Amino acid sequence: MKTDIVLAGVGGQGILSIAATIGMAVLENNLYLKQAEVHGMSQRGGAVQSHMRLSDQEIFSDLIPKGSADIILSVEPMESLRYLPFLSPGGWLVTNTKAYKNITNYPDEKEILGQIQKCKKYIALDANEIASDIGSRRSSNIVMLGAASPFFQIPFDSFKEGIRKIFARKGDQVIDVNIQALEAGRAFADENM
Amino acid sequence: MDRLLLLGDEAIAQGAMDSGMSGIYAYPGTPSTEITEYVQASKYAGEQQIHRQWSANEKTAMEAALGMSYAGKRSMVCMKHVGLNVAADPFLNSAITGVNGGMLIVSADDPSMHSSQNEQDSRFYGNFAMIPMLEPSNQQEAYEMAYEGFELSEKLKTPILLRITTRLAHSRSGVARREQKPQNTGKIPSNLRQFVLLPVFARQNYEGLISNQIPMEQAAAGSSYNRYIDGEDKSLGIIAAGIAYNYLMENFQQQRLIHPVLKLSQYPLPHKLVDRMLEECEQVMIIEEGFPFIEEKLKGYQAKGTPIKGKLDGSLPRTGELNPSHIAEAYGLEVQEGAPVPGIVSNRPPAMCQGCGHIESYNALNQALREYSEGRVFSDIGCYTLGALPPFEAINSCVDMGASITMAKGAADAGLVPAVAVIGDSTFTHSGMTGLLDCVIEKSPVTVVISDNFTTAMTGGQDSHALGRLERICEGLGVEKEHIRVFRPTRKNIDQMVEIMKEEIAYEGVSVIIPRRQCVQTMKNKKLVEKVKELGL
Ligand SMILES: Cc1ncc(C[n+]2csc(CCOP(=O)(O)OP(=O)(O)O)c2C)c(N)n1
Repeated sequence: MKTDIVLAGVGGQGILSIAATIGMAVLENNLYLKQAEVHGMSQRGGAVQSHMRLSDQEIFSDLIPKGSADIILSVEPMESLRYLPFLSPGGWLVTNTKAYKNITNYPDEKEILGQIQKCKKYIALDANEIASDIGSRRSSNIVMLGAASPFFQIPFDSFKEGIRKIFARKGDQVIDVNIQALEAGRAFADENM
Repeated sequence: MDRLLLLGDEAIAQGAMDSGMSGIYAYPGTPSTEITEYVQASKYAGEQQIHRQWSANEKTAMEAALGMSYAGKRSMVCMKHVGLNVAADPFLNSAITGVNGGMLIVSADDPSMHSSQNEQDSRFYGNFAMIPMLEPSNQQEAYEMAYEGFELSEKLKTPILLRITTRLAHSRSGVARREQKPQNTGKIPSNLRQFVLLPVFARQNYEGLISNQIPMEQAAAGSSYNRYIDGEDKSLGIIAAGIAYNYLMENFQQQRLIHPVLKLSQYPLPHKLVDRMLEECEQVMIIEEGFPFIEEKLKGYQAKGTPIKGKLDGSLPRTGELNPSHIAEAYGLEVQEGAPVPGIVSNRPPAMCQGCGHIESYNALNQALREYSEGRVFSDIGCYTLGALPPFEAINSCVDMGASITMAKGAADAGLVPAVAVIGDSTFTHSGMTGLLDCVIEKSPVTVVISDNFTTAMTGGQDSHALGRLERICEGLGVEKEHIRVFRPTRKNIDQMVEIMKEEIAYEGVSVIIPRRQCVQTMKNKKLVEKVKELGL
């Protein structure tokens, strides 16, 4: 069993918090984990990615080989397309549709969506909107994690446990809304798979 | 013992602390910063009074670490690869003095230049200094090497270079810990001339370093980090160094590797193991991240003997970091690739944050310089370097830390007057001060803009030695008080800023302009906010 995930977004959008939650869920299941993060210059509003690999066997490379990722999990639509060369033929593209426009030549949003829809297997959702509906705009990343959760080979409850641990210091209320966010993302995926 | 989920950087920090390190010395630099930050955040380090404050630059850090070693304690110094250029003088000479307490030097290389101005390979420095080097292949080995490195250093009486690359530094994995050891009690060197590099003593030490090469190589040959894994098909042998070993093995999960492999993680190159491969195999492929360091050594000047595949014959890419697909291709495996990136995807380069003071400073500077011909702004390394990109395109150089002031001086010497330097507060105390002194001595017509945001922002908001000291430093160096101008860079102040800049740029001597406003990324840092208030900045 192995799951290779490319996490994508823009520096400052907090993809490392998704990575941390997955990391906790993985530890919960006693699996091997490797997670290559981006620190430094790109964190200033540039394109950022993180390669996460989990497996029940020893993992060698910190980087995912091209054409073999099981999931691209992106918190920004254009960024989801940047890593297509990594996606395996049977892999899932899971992306937020809310554009983050900090560049002047941002392409037409409809065209981006068109490209996303060209993928064989994709889930596209406005995680920002879903998070606002729950009343926690900062939880859009966790909504995205929920939407990708069916494609991980770990039990859904482990993600909840991960959230409890990651947000432990922030109190029960924060934990609760984030679990709600996780479930909302999951529900969207279940309906749109 | 417990297992922790650690970045390669953090594994090194944890290994060093568990092995009785008494002090870590460093100047921030991606991808090495998290080593020191991990020790700074550690409760244990606090209890044990492990030194963990930032140094002014890599040279001061290296020298302080050597001083701690002199006193008999275990010290570590960490930097990014270009930091080793700054620290090269004490580094090379520490190989001649040798150590008393164990000393580890961590240099983090950045192939692909994710956050750097070049791809230099620190192994050349280790080779240059003739000291042992360790190059971990994964996080666990990074931990072990930091843990065992001090002992190796004390045994061989030499500093040890621990070389990592970005990918390992910034990738997380499970790490098992070992028993925690106490710090050394400390004792001065038994020979009080060991650290006195007068030629008469240095010659003796140098002889010692040369004869020490044999035990160093023996240590590498017997090291558990180096492994010869036999294979039945001798038509090819593979040498995989450091993290490259993982990229190799990634390709052999479903299928068995039938060729001999030499996993190499400790240098100097052990002849015993390398010779065996050269003799046994018809051809050798060398996989290493960075420059073709091992490849050049084995290939030598003439391409005779066992044929060697690697970066020099184009089997592997000469630039950029490695990945598993590169190795698959060089080996002749099928390389799979997903769909191409759609043409509509545009680049998203890093940019200065909304509300950043550097932005307003550049807006003002561009206006103030309008009446002069272009191409006279020398800059430096930090967030403000992003002023090179549109819409500002405000700077014309970025070479190495501190070079803005000195290059502006040289250009002014050549007649490019006025010349302007733009430097950050942390870069200024790292290596700008001495250049400013040069300017003062010659009264060079240079305007130095020190864009003060109270922090070392580019690397993640570490403390800045310049905090609350800039004007006094400049005055102390001899800049005239009336030509040190401070203001707050905001959109509202633009006219006043342009006015001041014009005046100082027109002045035919040294002037310093300090636009001063806290970095927006550090507003959550309560301690800094308090400190700034206390200092009345
Ligand atoms: C010799 C060397 N050491 C460290 C670095 C890493 N580095 C690049 S920019 C920077 C911070 C500069 O801080 P400052 O000058 O205050 O500018 P800011 O980013 O805060 O605008 C550092 C530490 C480097 N490039 N070269």
